[in-house]
Amino acid sequence: MSTMTGTHTGNTPSTTIEADPDVPTVRIVREFDAPRELVYRAHVEPELVKQWLGPHSIGMDIAVWDMRTGGEYRYTATRDGEEIAHFYGSVHRVTPNERIVQTFGFEEMPEAVSLDTLVFHELPDGRTRLEALSVVYDFESRAGMLASGMEVGVNEGYDALDALLARLTGAVE
Amino acid sequence: MVEQDDRLSRVFGALADPTRRDMVARLAAGDATVSELAAPYDVSLQAVSKHLKVLEEAGLVRRSRDAQRRPVHLDAEVFDLMTKWIERYQHQAEERYQRLDQVLARMQGKDPVSTDITESADERQRGAAG
Repeated sequence: MSTMTGTHTGNTPSTTIEADPDVPTVRIVREFDAPRELVYRAHVEPELVKQWLGPHSIGMDIAVWDMRTGGEYRYTATRDGEEIAHFYGSVHRVTPNERIVQTFGFEEMPEAVSLDTLVFHELPDGRTRLEALSVVYDFESRAGMLASGMEVGVNEGYDALDALLARLTGAVE
Repeated sequence: MVEQDDRLSRVFGALADPTRRDMVARLAAGDATVSELAAPYDVSLQAVSKHLKVLEEAGLVRRSRDAQRRPVHLDAEVFDLMTKWIERYQHQAEERYQRLDQVLARMQGKDPVSTDITESADERQRGAAG
């Protein structure tokens, strides 16, 4: 079985996802039409992070955003004023403008944690390629990570998919 | 939801093994009997049956009712399902990064909807200078 990937084609820059068949990782690659200092800043300054990390329908209540070696981050995702998920992580190492190594987890599933390495590659013409590699404990954990959609927690409803899953579950039993 | 996640975990767990992935790849070409599946491997029929049981429990394959041969059939719907999970994840990441595009454009004093390359470069120069 080949590597499972998801790509989007079109004129706009597109995100590439790669779920390695042999190791429990997920690699996300995306290019930006901005110098890497800015892409980096958009990751470490909470006022900027807040503007893009969560979907528009989701509020991001940042309690801590300390993107330094040995730092941490902690935020609550809210929808219509209701708290839906509590995310947090340790910042293992930061090399300004180049690299961020952090853990990622959420209170709702305390056993689930990924080790994320974000690399900011400088490209010609003031462009930047961001590469985010997440490593999790095992394939089951990765399935959970892909299934949950992470940023919106496990509550987001995808009706067609859920119906298909329900049907498949029924078929096995 | 928990049940469904368990279900997906079984699928990914079943595919974590290289022999099982290989068996699935061969079943994608067509149905096969247990002995046909066992042929290329230096393992017992019993070991192959064990692998098949894992794939069956994950809902990846089905045994036909044909009592004589009992060929193994790949349930392709499961792969559509996994592709959907990956696509959804990709879609969410792309949406997130399009929001980041807009933030970056604002940081550079650019109109987020501007697509003119030359103008963008000029804007960037000004942004860097200021």
